[in-house]
Amino acid sequence: MAEQLKMTGIKKVFPGVVALDDVDFRLLPGEIHALMGENGAGKSTLIKVLTGVYDIDGGEIELAGQKVRFTGPLQAQQAGISTVYQEVNLCPNLSVAENIFIGREPRKFGRIHWPEMRRRARASLARLDLDIDVTAQLDSYSLAIQQMVAIARATDIGTTKVLILDEPTSSLDASEVEQLFTIMRRLKADGVAILFVSHFLDQVYEVADRMTVLRNGRLIGEFRTDELPQMQLVSKMIGKELEALEQIEEHARETTVAERGTPIVEARELGRTGAIAPFSLTIHAGEVVGLAGLLGSGRTELARLLFGADRPDHGELLIDGRPHAVKAPRDAMAEGIAFSSENRRTEGIIGELTVRENMILAMQAARGWTRPIPRRKQDELVEQYIKALQIRPADPERLVRDLSGGNQQKVLLARWLITEPRLLIIDEPTRGIDVGAKAEIQRLVAQLADGGMAVLFVSAELEEVLRLSHKIEVLRDRRLVEELENGDDVDADRIMQTIAGGATT
Amino acid sequence: MTTLLRHRLFWPAAVLVVLLASNLIFSNNFFTITLQDGHLYGSLIDILRRSAPLVLVALGMTLVIATGGIDLSVGSVMAISGALACLLIGDLSNPDAVGPVLLVVGAAIALCLVFGLWNGFLVAVLGIQPIIATLILMVAGRGVAQLITGGQILNVRSEPYRVIGAGYFLAVPVSFLIAAAAVALTVALTRRTALGLLLESVGGSPTASRLAGIRSRRITIMVYVFAAAFAGVAGLIYSSDVSSADSNAAGNLIELNAILAVVLGGTALTGGRFSIAGSVLGAVIITTLDITAVSVGVPVETTLLFKAVVVIVLCLAQSATFRAKVFGRFGTRRAEVPA
Repeated sequence: MAEQLKMTGIKKVFPGVVALDDVDFRLLPGEIHALMGENGAGKSTLIKVLTGVYDIDGGEIELAGQKVRFTGPLQAQQAGISTVYQEVNLCPNLSVAENIFIGREPRKFGRIHWPEMRRRARASLARLDLDIDVTAQLDSYSLAIQQMVAIARATDIGTTKVLILDEPTSSLDASEVEQLFTIMRRLKADGVAILFVSHFLDQVYEVADRMTVLRNGRLIGEFRTDELPQMQLVSKMIGKELEALEQIEEHARETTVAERGTPIVEARELGRTGAIAPFSLTIHAGEVVGLAGLLGSGRTELARLLFGADRPDHGELLIDGRPHAVKAPRDAMAEGIAFSSENRRTEGIIGELTVRENMILAMQAARGWTRPIPRRKQDELVEQYIKALQIRPADPERLVRDLSGGNQQKVLLARWLITEPRLLIIDEPTRGIDVGAKAEIQRLVAQLADGGMAVLFVSAELEEVLRLSHKIEVLRDRRLVEELENGDDVDADRIMQTIAGGATT
Repeated sequence: MTTLLRHRLFWPAAVLVVLLASNLIFSNNFFTITLQDGHLYGSLIDILRRSAPLVLVALGMTLVIATGGIDLSVGSVMAISGALACLLIGDLSNPDAVGPVLLVVGAAIALCLVFGLWNGFLVAVLGIQPIIATLILMVAGRGVAQLITGGQILNVRSEPYRVIGAGYFLAVPVSFLIAAAAVALTVALTRRTALGLLLESVGGSPTASRLAGIRSRRITIMVYVFAAAFAGVAGLIYSSDVSSADSNAAGNLIELNAILAVVLGGTALTGGRFSIAGSVLGAVIITTLDITAVSVGVPVETTLLFKAVVVIVLCLAQSATFRAKVFGRFGTRRAEVPA
């Protein structure tokens, strides 16, 4: 079959880094093709080259047999390449319908034909089994819904030949992922070539026909999914022997033996109307508490209350046994509580500051502006954590926005570890990052707890929660429904039951 | 060479050099500095002296812009500060005594601090958009100034007061010394402490900053107070130079020149990274431009047009996109030469 898209010898150089080096890539019509690689392997760069965000420094792109060279995203879009990015790239202050049709609004006599636009927006969302008010402002919906809107926008373009889905599932829950896969298969049947990027290997194996593996900006190879076992894929992605990876997993597993210290934080009927129903929860030193639940079940809201990011309107919070009014993040920080947000880009890192500045920010904020951290001390701390967390590139003066997602996450983690917290709250630290970095972060969490730190670990991945936590708090519909001591009798099925309990599916 | 070209102050500095050099063509003694009556004289000294108010206002504007805000009220604050100073000096029994004049200066700046707090309160506590919040004082401030002066131009005769804007200390203009001290103070305050980092952080992402434990509200209020205080000093320099308080002319349109200076200096209006050196350079460029227009002999009615053209050229020179468009083909070819 003739290739829908053929890229040969693609080269892309950034100052100081070769992001892509002689990479070949091809997409057949009517296939789902997974692009695999660790963070920083060049996946995002390849996608941006393909979508016209970056110009190439070498190589050729052929679309349906025609040589093309895009100078901008619009051109690529007109040529039939549609993209849904990892982070939702829509306008939060416009309505859902406007977001779907921005730039190609249906017109009548030169004016925007609103009823038609709303009707077509509803229709394109209906294809995703989504029934929402298309006139509502986009940011009134959850991230998952926003993601679906982005997909609706991309697939609504009738002429789509190539659809690129960059981490579309990272903020979707299981049933939403299934919906997405249904759509993907339908589009595939229509002859669309789909490029799919995901860090969830299971998803890749479920939906992809073939895959291309990149490592450090180089092509490792192109494989049929059914011919490449999962473990072999992982070793190709990270370029390490399989045993090394298994060791990491084993180590993490061993550390789930509970060792309780003194209670650090105790929530008594703490709650906030509309966010989370009153809950009680005690977190001890050296304990990893996992929060499990579907997206929107109140995991993040619970974590934010403990950190003072939102104010509770019910119950009380005890720190070291004493009632404590945590009114703002600063108050929580003063008590040794740290919170790494799930929204890395908007609530975590500050893109235009350097790695060093991002890392010392929380410590500096706690000290106040009048007592700057001496530069030498800064450099020491930053060097130490770049090394400990294996942040790449290991350049403290590089702008954080130039780093890959996994490395940004590590910088954010370093920011909080530098403050030497007693309770570390981490919300979805492994979302959208690769297998290697994921294992590193899991190992780190286990190590920190061994060292006596309490960790509140929020994750959508049950396996991860199970592997790390001593205690698992299960949430459903913005309510803490069950607390489970992690043991041999607790497994993913058991938690799934609790999560699903009461649901009428 | 490339590192020099990439330096963010390269283009503004280059423009300043070109401007100064072009003056030389039209007036041969442009760079001559002479000593008369123990005072330094010359066009360069004139530029430094006349830059002072704009440098002061641009300093405050830089910090406000770094937090993602903007302060349109600085011109009005200048008028208020000059008006109050002239009113109080007019009431002094002996306007030539140093002590009382210092008190008057203190009172004028104190009033400006209050207005700065007001701006900061509107922006940081009430959450009003900075452009609207400061627009209130921009419009109302002129009214306040006119109220103080009774709607007239107040003339004063006070030797100590005249020193601020028109005096010399060790042959150097006092206004220049004040501006230089303000620059040094700002640099020390932002780069010697962690204030600069926290400002850039708040400007870069207010939400992330709050979650990192930064008191962004307090910092935001601080920069507006800072901007108003510096505008107040600028107002004193202006009014002292002309020995009068003119509520309409003082600081007229200076907010726009200050914003221009900040942008020319490479600080983005979206907030975040800021450059004090850049803003100072920007302010000096704008003043040089005004003076050049006169010395080159641009007719008065086309001065603004002349200024606009130079600013457009400068902005284009600074734009990486524009440079890539014009010199782009040349640049790629050079890059493809095998290493």
